[in-house]
Amino acid sequence: MYVIETEDLTKDFPVGFWKKRPVRALDKLCLQVGRGEIFGFLGPNGAGKTTTLKLLMNLIRPTSGSARILGEPVSSVAMHSQIGYLPENPYFYDYLTPEELLTYVGSLFNQRGEALADRVSTLLDRVGLAEAGKLQLRKFSKGMIQRLGIAQAIINNPEVVFLDEPMSGLDPLGRREVREVILALKDKGVTVFFSSHILPDVEALCDRVAIINKGKLQEAGALKEILDVGAQGHEVILTGVKPEFADLLRNLCAEMRSMGERLHLRVSNTGQMQSLLSHVFENEIELISINPMRPSLEDRFLQEIRKQPAGEGMNR
Amino acid sequence: MYKILAIARNTFRENVRDRILYNLVLFALVMILSAVALGQLALGQERKVIIDLGLSSISIFGVLIAVFIGISLVYKEIEKRTVYALLAKPIYRRDLILGKYLGLLFTLLVNVAVMTAGLMLTLVYFGETGAQAYLRLLPAVYLIFLSLMVTTGLALLFSTFSTPALSALFTLFLWVIGHFNGDLLGIGKLTESAPLKWLGGALYYLLPNFSNFETIGSRNIIQSVAYSKPIDPSAIGWITIYGLIYSSLLVALSAAIFSRRDFK
Repeated sequence: MYVIETEDLTKDFPVGFWKKRPVRALDKLCLQVGRGEIFGFLGPNGAGKTTTLKLLMNLIRPTSGSARILGEPVSSVAMHSQIGYLPENPYFYDYLTPEELLTYVGSLFNQRGEALADRVSTLLDRVGLAEAGKLQLRKFSKGMIQRLGIAQAIINNPEVVFLDEPMSGLDPLGRREVREVILALKDKGVTVFFSSHILPDVEALCDRVAIINKGKLQEAGALKEILDVGAQGHEVILTGVKPEFADLLRNLCAEMRSMGERLHLRVSNTGQMQSLLSHVFENEIELISINPMRPSLEDRFLQEIRKQPAGEGMNR
Repeated sequence: MYKILAIARNTFRENVRDRILYNLVLFALVMILSAVALGQLALGQERKVIIDLGLSSISIFGVLIAVFIGISLVYKEIEKRTVYALLAKPIYRRDLILGKYLGLLFTLLVNVAVMTAGLMLTLVYFGETGAQAYLRLLPAVYLIFLSLMVTTGLALLFSTFSTPALSALFTLFLWVIGHFNGDLLGIGKLTESAPLKWLGGALYYLLPNFSNFETIGSRNIIQSVAYSKPIDPSAIGWITIYGLIYSSLLVALSAAIFSRRDFK
């Protein structure tokens, strides 16, 4: 059973003042997320990421299609006790202190008494807000609000956590802290579904990703598989190559560049790699590294986004 | 129920930390105290003038608090997007509406109690002795609170689908119409036209009848209290039933509208 599953999930929004016409924000989205995965949901502004998250949180109702979380329809209130959600650009009651907010949120999960007080204190400590526990939220920076947002999303020890742009507004230290929280959740077996613009974070954290644009799913799969599409062979770095071997090596690879004492060789197939390596070992050339030459997630992301012709679908 | 009470407690806390509340309560207390000055002008009638003005102040400022806080109860949650994180929690949307309603009612209860205490202290200043004189105020204060329950319900209803400015306008409009509700039936009796008769009757039963909370028989309740006239307890019982049913319907309707909403 998938933890998160959508089937032809579609959402139209009416636009216009007098004569309303439907505009499609999400078009037949089919996604499956397995237990314990960190799933990255990528897309440019207006791609439909937040619409998808709002549909999953039952904040808006689908025009057609369906979505299930933990095997339950998204409208199930009982199921919501097992999930956590951080909205995009979260805003919380600014007249409350973080302690009061988390106590309030905890009480919505039927938590109470000393256990709740302990949980609140642990969470504030975990997101680095222990010292600001009694400060009113109107005095909080965006980064502090974001961290508090993550704390309120995991107060119930959820099985699945949905984070809408969790790194937004955070400085490098804050991003690192959030990354650590997400990885700690994964260690506990929690499934994390998060949308983000910050691709290096997605690349560093996610097991699988989906790319969405103009309401349509462009690609979904394991991060490795997505990046392997368009892999351009391997890069072999050598040092201590005598000049008389350089020409020979050039014939054994697709491309060679000299950088100081090092040679960077691009090898495009297995045959080339075998010949090159046997030559390297026979002639006692020092091997520094062999790395697959894959496009970055950013390259793949831009590639997918550019695939769709302008004007198709809608921005939201 | 625990979750509804948690929402109500948070709504109460929100109201308590809102400056508009203190401004209104302070202004009401000033109005009650100003009755002292007016009382001096009415020789021998000080007590009546103070009670009359004091209870009217409690009623008017109660309505202002109910309207100005009530209209933003739900709207603010949506506008500031606090509703997103809230509705992702295991709560029914109807529970949120009920919790917010109860939270504001509790705020009103505390405020009406503070204003009543202010009125009683003014009477003490004027040498009013005997618990009976103070107890006589309570039925009138109780009926004011019942009418505030209905006013809050109206404000809540409009705040589930409209902006605060329009909600305030609609609520105050219905509050005013609700005081002349009897005339709608009168129009129906005067006209020969069957559709108008039907419309007058329908509006009479549909719109809130605020005069129910202010007059028993043909006698104004505040006047009865001011002139120490008896108030029929059974009439208060019927008005209580009317107030509870009408405000319950308003809350149910608010919950139904809120439950169908998309939060874009």
